[in-house]
Amino acid sequence: MPEKTADKVELSKATAAESEAAAPETATPAAAKARSLWSDAWYDLRRNPLFLISSVLIVLLLVMAFAPSLFTSASPRDADLAKHYLQPPNWSHFFEPDWFGYDGQGRSIYARVVHGARASILVGVGVTLLVTILGTAVGMTAGYFGGLVDALLSRITDVFMGIPYMLGALVILTTFAERKIWVVIAAMAFLGWTTIARVARGAVVTIKQSDYVVAARALGASTTRIMLKHILPNALAPIIVVATIALGGYIAAEATLSFLGIGLAEPTVSWGVDVATGKQQLRNAPYVLIIPSVMVSITVLSFLMFGDAVRNALDPKLR
Amino acid sequence: MGRYVARRLLQMIPVFIGSTFLIFMMMYVLPGDPVRALMGEQAFDPTLVEKMRHDLGLDQPWWWQYGHYLAGLFQGDFGTEIASKREISEIIAAAFPVTIRLTLFAFTFTAVVGIGLGIIAGLRPDSVQDRGLLTLTLILISMPSFVLGYLLQYFFAFQLQMVTPTVQDSENFGDLLLPAVVLGSLSLAYVARLTRTSMVENLRADYMRTAVAKGLPRRRIVGVHLMRNSLIPVVTFLGTDIGNLMTGAIVTEGIFNVQGVGNAIFEALTRREGATVVGIASLIVIVYLFTSLIVDLLYAVLDPRIRYA
Repeated sequence: MPEKTADKVELSKATAAESEAAAPETATPAAAKARSLWSDAWYDLRRNPLFLISSVLIVLLLVMAFAPSLFTSASPRDADLAKHYLQPPNWSHFFEPDWFGYDGQGRSIYARVVHGARASILVGVGVTLLVTILGTAVGMTAGYFGGLVDALLSRITDVFMGIPYMLGALVILTTFAERKIWVVIAAMAFLGWTTIARVARGAVVTIKQSDYVVAARALGASTTRIMLKHILPNALAPIIVVATIALGGYIAAEATLSFLGIGLAEPTVSWGVDVATGKQQLRNAPYVLIIPSVMVSITVLSFLMFGDAVRNALDPKLR
Repeated sequence: MGRYVARRLLQMIPVFIGSTFLIFMMMYVLPGDPVRALMGEQAFDPTLVEKMRHDLGLDQPWWWQYGHYLAGLFQGDFGTEIASKREISEIIAAAFPVTIRLTLFAFTFTAVVGIGLGIIAGLRPDSVQDRGLLTLTLILISMPSFVLGYLLQYFFAFQLQMVTPTVQDSENFGDLLLPAVVLGSLSLAYVARLTRTSMVENLRADYMRTAVAKGLPRRRIVGVHLMRNSLIPVVTFLGTDIGNLMTGAIVTEGIFNVQGVGNAIFEALTRREGATVVGIASLIVIVYLFTSLIVDLLYAVLDPRIRYA
């Protein structure tokens, strides 16, 4: 995944304006003490329109993923070729099965799009969680112990980073005849933990030298305690920033893999699979392909905006 | 400088061996037997199959097979495909130039248009063109390449009939234009944003104020003082991106039916030709490693503050 290094500046202006607005509050020592990095970030986030819009969209997608029946009563697998073969969309029939038309097998595209949200959200969230846990564990171990352990783990990270993501996923996923959602999640996480490991290692190396860690060690705190109580909470901000931004990328990657026919497969309902089936009718019925594509893009966009907002709120460099 | 390069080259060796080993192992555990696949549906003599497996070294343990493969690789021998008896170097020689052409085309497009757009937006922060660029790039970033690929194919090939939907001749730059644009679009968005951000940051730098105060012409201020400093992070990104573009080509080649590396890998995977997959992957890993080395060296050229001992 290419990392996002862009648009810090125009948003930093917004945060600057906000911290000015918040200045009288922080001026009193009591209030300044009360605000941790997290409550400060939350204060910023609540005022960021991008964050509000993307949160609404994400909540909507989450509801769609876990309770699709709230949106449609039609089944995504009911196929009626005789009646509905490539029936074009009926844009005024809101939330009806024929709102977005029917695909080449006579299945309601609206129902498929609603039910497809689950696969994308599960893969996106699942991979992000796994990658965060694995990457943090490797990165923290390497950064904390240093020396030989660090050299070894960093080289292993280099090796995994050297494998092009798409290529590795292609090779791993063809090994599995039946690709359930968890298989796709595991394969993507197996290849994707390196960025977080590097970020975590970098954060831990700096934090390790801080006074409170030295003090804790002098007081006789155990390694586990120092790592979990002192280092992890302070290294968490940059890790969360990278993870939230990556989430959108994982959703796009899942759709791409499913589209290539090596990610999820029928009968799992997934937007990537639907785009792949839609490409056969691109010439005469483009909506079969375009509607699930638009859903993928909207989802990725919401998570990107969300990640951007979280980064701007948590990144201390922008203050 | 020389010692730095030597150290970096030495560090590359374990990374290269490690990544090829990982891919090799993935292919090794892959179910399906290329010899069995060769026999097809017909009845066959099990002793013949055993003999073929033995001749090909497939009955050996994995470490022997990997060692054997690596030994061949260092002598420039990529091996032979089992079914087609084709030299793998021949397959690579046919597929790589196509992908490299596509990648370079996409790279040029990314660099020229991306930096251009970034400059237009970065010189006037918060103007209409700046906000327009940020919106446009956000949309590009959130579109997976297959979405953009099919949208462009639909509009330009089917609706407007300006180009052919698939690439007929990979040496024709007109044919490669659409795939290259699709392949480069994601990087383009990042490059444009990165250029813009780093220009806006540097606009406020002290040396910029000094340059203006000295009364230098605007062209010199922007062209020399601002650009040289702002392009450093962009060059880094562009360098590391060549590897990403090459693997991104797997998807783009599928959409536009370009006979490049992506197609070759797909074909090899379905026929269980492990050696072909590992061979192509190794070459891509080498491209990755060398571009990152070149970027680090370029860094020192662009930014004299950085010295490599």
